[in-house]
Amino acid sequence: MNKEVIKNSEYKIKRSKIIKAKKLTEHEKFFEIALPNAECLDHDPGQFVEVSLFGVGEAPISISSSPTQRHSFELVVRAVGRFTNEMHKLESGDEIGIRGPFGQGFPVRILEGNDLLFVAGGLGIVPMRSLINYVMDNRRDFGKVNILLGCKTPKDMLFGDEVALWEKRMDVNFSCTVDRADPDWAGNVGLITSLIPGVTLDPNRTFAIVVGPPIMYKFVVKELLAKNIPERQILLSLERHMKCGLGRCGHCQIQDIYCCQDGPVFSYDKIKNIKGAI
Amino acid sequence: MQYLILKKDRLNDLISSLALRKKVVAPVKKENNNYSFEEVKSAKEISLEYIPTILPPKKYFMPQYETLVEYDISEGQKMDAVVEYENMILFGVHTCDLAGIQSLNIVFSDRPKDLNYLIRKNKIIIIGLECNKLCDEYATCALMDNDLPNGGYDLFFTDLGDYFYVHVNTQAGDDIVDETKLFEPSDTSHEKDLEKLREQKRKLFVNKFGIDHQEIPNIFDKSVNSPIWEDIGNRCLSCGNCTNVCPTCYCFDIKDVPNLDLKTGKRIRVWDSCQNETFAKVAGGENFREKRSDRKRHRFYRKFKYPVNRYSRFFCTGCGRCTRTCMANISLIDTLNQLIKENSAK
Repeated sequence: MNKEVIKNSEYKIKRSKIIKAKKLTEHEKFFEIALPNAECLDHDPGQFVEVSLFGVGEAPISISSSPTQRHSFELVVRAVGRFTNEMHKLESGDEIGIRGPFGQGFPVRILEGNDLLFVAGGLGIVPMRSLINYVMDNRRDFGKVNILLGCKTPKDMLFGDEVALWEKRMDVNFSCTVDRADPDWAGNVGLITSLIPGVTLDPNRTFAIVVGPPIMYKFVVKELLAKNIPERQILLSLERHMKCGLGRCGHCQIQDIYCCQDGPVFSYDKIKNIKGAI
Repeated sequence: MQYLILKKDRLNDLISSLALRKKVVAPVKKENNNYSFEEVKSAKEISLEYIPTILPPKKYFMPQYETLVEYDISEGQKMDAVVEYENMILFGVHTCDLAGIQSLNIVFSDRPKDLNYLIRKNKIIIIGLECNKLCDEYATCALMDNDLPNGGYDLFFTDLGDYFYVHVNTQAGDDIVDETKLFEPSDTSHEKDLEKLREQKRKLFVNKFGIDHQEIPNIFDKSVNSPIWEDIGNRCLSCGNCTNVCPTCYCFDIKDVPNLDLKTGKRIRVWDSCQNETFAKVAGGENFREKRSDRKRHRFYRKFKYPVNRYSRFFCTGCGRCTRTCMANISLIDTLNQLIKENSAK
């Protein structure tokens, strides 16, 4: 058997540096990462990277920061399996491997000039934050902005400081709900779907951006359609196991779609007839 | 286009002279009417008459285990991307397996290109071998139009009694002809012998499905909710045998294998199977193809529908391996016939 080094393999990682690591909740940890030689990741909001730790493996992780932040990018990782638990042990200064960015993110050019309705459930806020902060940084390029946020309990809320800012801004309508309140909670209690009927919007010029756990999509889409938002203006980010990121390994496949290359962001009209998509 | 002949009594000279230059692999008889592509040194070891080998030649193009990356984490995430390959001559590849290799070539040269596959494939010379007889009742090569050669080889041999009629298809094939000096020119009598064989084959290789394979994607369009998927799903054991032996199944997993020092190691690509229960499961616990019927349907659609959309090509070669190997006796022929029947009743 012969062996050769290949310079431009798709499996080559970029040796990147964690420049900030911070526990956000009991299960979620925040990482700010810089690519080598101050290279810009140059991603679109909604794309993902493959994060690598040799000896442990690789995992696809959504990018949480806006591309307007050029010197670094941010990830938020929930500890659920072997890789993410190992990743939680990492701190500022540690090295980590990055491949990507991968996939089709949110179609920012198409969204420009339109009203936006963000619907984020649970960890969905993590990828959605890349677009929300992009919109905040380019606020005059977009119409009205509504943000609906849902989480299990108040202490599960991520990015509390930023959420407080969105709440305060005069150019954003913000609502939030929790499934279960605690004694200090004075806000809404209930599922995120309960917030949608109360939003005032012009359906023809509104794009809804929905990110959340798989179970959420059916119910949220129903409410959005009830608001007369056209199917092609409902954008969903689908969760699948993007093992290779290259449209090949088969794990993220939904019928003939490879989620890692054709998605993860799809408009509802493209996937509504695809069995198993949502 | 060049056609030559090789006298049968020169085959051993050919194989042994090739084996001096390169690794030669060819079909070798194993127990219980099984065959396997293995390294050979002489023609004696080769089975010229064989039914599809247990594993297709896929194992040389996309090895079950292959190193993608070598790493060293003594100081950070140091790594080199590598390709492993072997110069070899693959002798005696049937037309169904040539079609399988062509399918894999398309998948791995799709963007982003897979250099590991593409570098390795160009180190392998392929010598095809025509099937004079239908191998057994499981093959559907006549339906898939793979009973006759459709390219994808350097040289192609047809056994015509005391000699092989040889199609020289590439420069690499011509180099073998030049280097070994064992081949002789052909004339019209040889051409007639070939035509006679092909005429006989038309009677043996018969599509018994009553439809052309081009109609299958339309049938699959209407078969998403067919009861057949529940039926075969109920019988399926999710063992993954069908995907392992399939010449066009290429799904994989990527794993790290640390060395004992726990500092160095390899990142490898290994065969995976969409039939495994956890194949489409995500970290959050959701499993997008939890039911065996969903996984079975997925595999059939990946042979007869999705690749036709994407590559205008069927990823079933008709080799029959999935049926031969299935422990639950799930038959590709019965499944297709059932779908055709359901569809004609509609």
